[in-house]
Formats: sequence, structure tokens, C-alpha cells
Amino acid sequence: METLSVYVPKLVTNKEYIASGHRACSGCGEVLALRYVCKALGRNTIISNATGCMEIISSPLPETAWEVSWIHTLFENAAAVASGIESGLKALKRKHGYIKDVKVVAMGGDGATADIGLQALSGALERGHDFIYVCFDNEAYMNTGIQRSSETPFGASTTTAPSGKVSMGQHTWKKNMAAIAAAHNIPYVATSCSSYPFDIMYKIEKARKVKGPSYIHILSVCPTGWRCPSSDTIKMGRLAVETGVFPLYEIENGEYKMNFDYPKLRPVEDYLTAQGRFRHLTKEQIAEIQQKVIVEYEKIKMLSSRKKGK
Amino acid sequence: MTSKRVGLESSLGIAQAVKLANVDVIAAYPITPQTHIVEGLAEMVANGELDAEYIPVESEHSAMSACLGASAVGARTFTATAGQGLILMHEVVTVASALRLPVVMAIANRALSGQLSIWGDHSDVMMARDAGWIHIFVENGQQAFDQTLCAFRIAEHKDVMLPVAVDVDGFHATHVIESFYLLDQKTVNEFLPPYVHPTPLDPDNPVTMGCFAMPNYYFETRKALDMALRNSKKVILETWEKFGALTGRHYLPVEKYKTENCDTLLVTMGSFSENAMMAVDRMQESGKKVGLVRLRLWRPFPTEELVAALSGAKNVIVLDRAISLGGPGPVCSEIKAALYPLEKKPHVVGIIGGLGGRDISPENFIALVELGLEKIKTGHTGEIIMFGVRE
Repeated sequence: METLSVYVPKLVTNKEYIASGHRACSGCGEVLALRYVCKALGRNTIISNATGCMEIISSPLPETAWEVSWIHTLFENAAAVASGIESGLKALKRKHGYIKDVKVVAMGGDGATADIGLQALSGALERGHDFIYVCFDNEAYMNTGIQRSSETPFGASTTTAPSGKVSMGQHTWKKNMAAIAAAHNIPYVATSCSSYPFDIMYKIEKARKVKGPSYIHILSVCPTGWRCPSSDTIKMGRLAVETGVFPLYEIENGEYKMNFDYPKLRPVEDYLTAQGRFRHLTKEQIAEIQQKVIVEYEKIKMLSSRKKGK
Repeated sequence: MTSKRVGLESSLGIAQAVKLANVDVIAAYPITPQTHIVEGLAEMVANGELDAEYIPVESEHSAMSACLGASAVGARTFTATAGQGLILMHEVVTVASALRLPVVMAIANRALSGQLSIWGDHSDVMMARDAGWIHIFVENGQQAFDQTLCAFRIAEHKDVMLPVAVDVDGFHATHVIESFYLLDQKTVNEFLPPYVHPTPLDPDNPVTMGCFAMPNYYFETRKALDMALRNSKKVILETWEKFGALTGRHYLPVEKYKTENCDTLLVTMGSFSENAMMAVDRMQESGKKVGLVRLRLWRPFPTEELVAALSGAKNVIVLDRAISLGGPGPVCSEIKAALYPLEKKPHVVGIIGGLGGRDISPENFIALVELGLEKIKTGHTGEIIMFGVRE
């Protein structure tokens, strides 16, 4: 561990593209993930950001935390704005002697991606623009006060799908955005998590080299919305992965690859009981979640064992 | 004059103007009666006649969003829409002006749904009225061609940097085959300098566009935008003057037709002005003192020019091709407001007509003027009057 602490920092650039002093909550996993995304992207980047936590914490007039070129316009159109940026740069290169090698990146939260912005994202993926879309998934509309989204997990209590005497809270299963993105036959799709900085950077660097669209879905721990101590951010993300609740994998040209395969998953109970949003769940409901998690995990494993042409 | 005369559908004339402007990015979604414009452009791109990126987006919302992105990196950008398309796009329309991105858009003015109508009126653009865009109304294909070229020059001018809409009445103006005087590339290049965004999205000089503003800053941003829009009139006038000198085709924010010695003035906006002119000819032939004032510049609202054009009249009859449900016609109410400070004001009566593509022929216009004068005579100027509608 001691050697690691000397060695590891050398692998990561000291340059920060999202400056400190932003207004994220303490323990915010999303801004942590964003920080590593930006480090991996580097300066030759233009970001189109959807409305949401990362937009609000970074750009209050007359200040900005951004040290890369960045544009925010609306909630549901980050991918469409990115389409325009990418096409604009293409035209400038062809017609007006523009020579910079810029990667265009669209980003948004789970609401901006899986709900209100799904159409614009689908359009941009289908049209094959050369860009990366990063979804920072904190599993609810945290910016507006923890309302449910289609990425909110089964059983979680949110302000618009609260648990109550006759409701367990969210009664739908988390939308599978990675599969939706992959269904567009794009070259690269991956999942990652805010507790795995090297995994994030590896995948972003890979996406940066891809010609065409790529989609990275990052589970971003939100202590405010998940109702856990802000000191548990890293732990919570690790539990999500180690329990199999949120497996980390890549889909490269349609081929699945599980990145962290655990021969024995931790029980989901470890993850669920550590968060206030699941506090109301009964033993039976936890068992139901456990079963579903194993099924979904095995599905990814099964897909990962299939190789192309077989 | 460096012009060549050709027969063209107006929509394709607009496409020709966009091509001559050597646009970099077109993002559009199909909707009648706008579609021929972007079909024309898509064909030019496909045939290599126009070197541009054509983004066939999945909605009007994304069309305008893509335009924002392209314009923000310094690419000349065009889109076109109509009716519900403009309404779907509306959320993004307000951002284009707030971020000072000089997108040019042709709006083939179309009626709004519930009862679906693909036909023309101004209801769509009236809902986009307050979005911070420059709005120029045209009456025919030639004007649409001319104003599309002017729109790029106005929008991208360093003292303006605002989006411009060229409002072309759906079908009545977009789908008519007309004789056009096109311009050659050399003349256009002389008229239209390249687009240079002063602070584009650029990795070497990072900028932050689209901040959020707390109550202690927001109001100032709106004031700044309003000032920019008001100040754009100077560049609009300059541009039209230069265009007139180049082509012999002259444009003004408020254009008068045979208004000398008239005590009654009809006010129109858009393609119906042509029928109104024929009606004025006939009425004047029969000795009636009725002239026509045509509103070309809708935003920034040309208060000064309108007051100058209308203040000498006894009676003003305003045709609105839009209905502000539950309120007076939008053009008429603005004209009334502009004239109100005058000590000696003309009587103003507003008439709503021509909704959903319903025609107003020259004969109809004569009847419309008679109806207006009758309402003035009987003191019913405050009434909501609809012309040519069944009871």
C-alpha cells in the first residue's frame, strides 16, 4: 500500500480541469468522477453539459470552475448540442483551415440521459457523431431534491416515489442505459463508478481514441440523496460493484467484457442497509433484489463469455 | 445589377440564398410547409454544390440545439421550421439569443394545432415573439431570398451577435413559383463577410457559456440582451442600405404603399400585403383615400418608424394573422401601444383574419377596410373583430 501511494499519483496528471471551489456537496461522488473524466480527457476537449448538479455547482455567474471550454444550454439536449459542435468543427476543418484535434464530450445526469434527454442522445448516437457521452448516474434528480428517475433502483425511497404505508418507494427496475446505448451499434460502451478512478480514466481514454460515438455510464455516489454519511462515498461505490448491484463492464463493438468479475458476490444487504433510501425494505424485498441482482450479473457474465463470430 | 433572373419556388430561393451564404452547418427536421427549403439544401450538399454539414436531427428541439453548438464553435449555421416545430423548438430558441449565437432560421409561418393545420398564419411566430430574436417578415420569394442573405450579415455582425428569423408565410409565400433575381457569388461575398465568433468554444482559450444566474445577476443579463436587440436596428438599417445599393432592392422596417394624402391606413405584415396593395390600388382608383403600411421588422419593434408612418392618419386598420386567444391581436395591440403617447392619435381598429391558410383576396381587403371604417364610425374600435369567419 505504501509503494502504491508513491507510485499511483505519478500515473495521474496534476492538472485539474474542474477547479476546486465549486459548490458540490461534501462527499459528492459525481464531481469526483467528473474530475477524473476531465483528467483523462485533457485540454483538447469541448464539453456540452446538461442542466443538473454538475452544471449548477460549476457555473454560477460571474464565476466558473471550468478550465476547458464548456457550454450548458438546457436539460435534455446536451447530446444534440454536442452534435452541432462536432459538425461545426468538421466543417471548420474542411472549409476554414481549422487544425485542432478536439474531442467533443456531452455529459449529463441520469435524468438528463435516461429520461428527458434520451431522444436527443439516441439521435446523436444513431447519427454517428464523433463524441463521448458521459452519464453521471446518481440514481435520482438530486439537483432538484431527490425525485425519482428511470435510473432510480428498485426499492429506493425518493421524494416523488417515497416509501409509505402502502408503497415501497420505487417499484420499477433501473433502466439499462448501457444496453440501450449498445443497441445503437456504436463502437464503445462502458460502465464505471465514482469509486474506481483508474477504471474511469482507462475507459475515458479508450473512448477518446474511438472514432464515432461512445457512451460511458458512471454510477456516481450521492450521499445527500442516498442518505449515507459523506465519508462513505468511496465505500458505497465499492459495495455497489462488489455486491454485483452495478457491475463494471465494457461493450466494444457489441462484445461484452466484464471488467471486475467476483467469483463470490457480497450480499446486497451490505449495500442496501448502509443507505437511508433503502432503510424501509423488508427482508422479503431485499431477497427479491438479491435474486434480480444475481440474474442480471449472470447475464452480463454470460454475454462476456460469448465471443464474436461464435 | 449583378443579377440573373430565374423561375424558382420560393423555398428553393431561400435554399439558394443559404448556399450563396456558404453556410457551414444545417440542422433541420421535416415539417410542412418548411420542408422544401431543407430538402433543397440537402440536395445541394449531396451533389457537392454546397460544402456543409447537414445534420438530419431527430426533432426541432435538437435542430436548434445542434445549431447552438455549431454556432458556438464559429460555424455559420442555418435551420428552418414551422408551426408546431417552432413551438417544440421554443425552449432552445430562447437560449440562442441569451447566448448571443447568430443562428439564422427561416420560419414558414404555420397555424398551431389542436385542430391540425399545415396552412399559414402567424400564430407560431407570435409565441416566439419575446424570445430575443430579430424577426423580419417577407411578402414573397424574392424578399425571402434577399432577407435570408441580409439575415446572416445582421446576425453575425459584431455589434449584433443575435439570432435572426426570416418569417415567410407558409404556402402563400413558401410554395409559390416566382421569378427571382438571384445574386452571383462574388456579389454575395462582397456583401457578406465571414462569420467570426469573438469568443468561441476553443480548447486553447477556454470559455464557459451558459452560466446560471442568481437573482443578483439575472436581471442584468436580460437588460443586456434587450439592449443588444434594440441596438441591432442600426445594423439592420445599414445592412438594408448596403443591400439596396448592391441590388436596387430597398427594404425598410416599415414600408409605405401609396400613403400620401390618405386618411385611412391599412397595416399588414407578411405575404397578404401583396393582396392588400391590389386592394389599395382599386380603392384609390375609385377615389378612396386608403393607403397601406407594411410592417417588415417585427423585432426589434420599430416604434419610431411606425409612429412616423401612422401618426398623420385619421383611421388605422390593422390586420392580425394570429389570434391571441382571450386577448386582442398581437400586432394591433403593439401598434395601439406605440400610438398611445401621441396627443392627436388616429382611431385604431384591429381585425383578425387569414387564420389557418384562409385567404384574404383583394376584394376581401376592400370589404375588410369598409368593416374597419364602420367599426370606427360607430365607436366599436375596442371590439375583437374577426374577418371572414363563420358565426
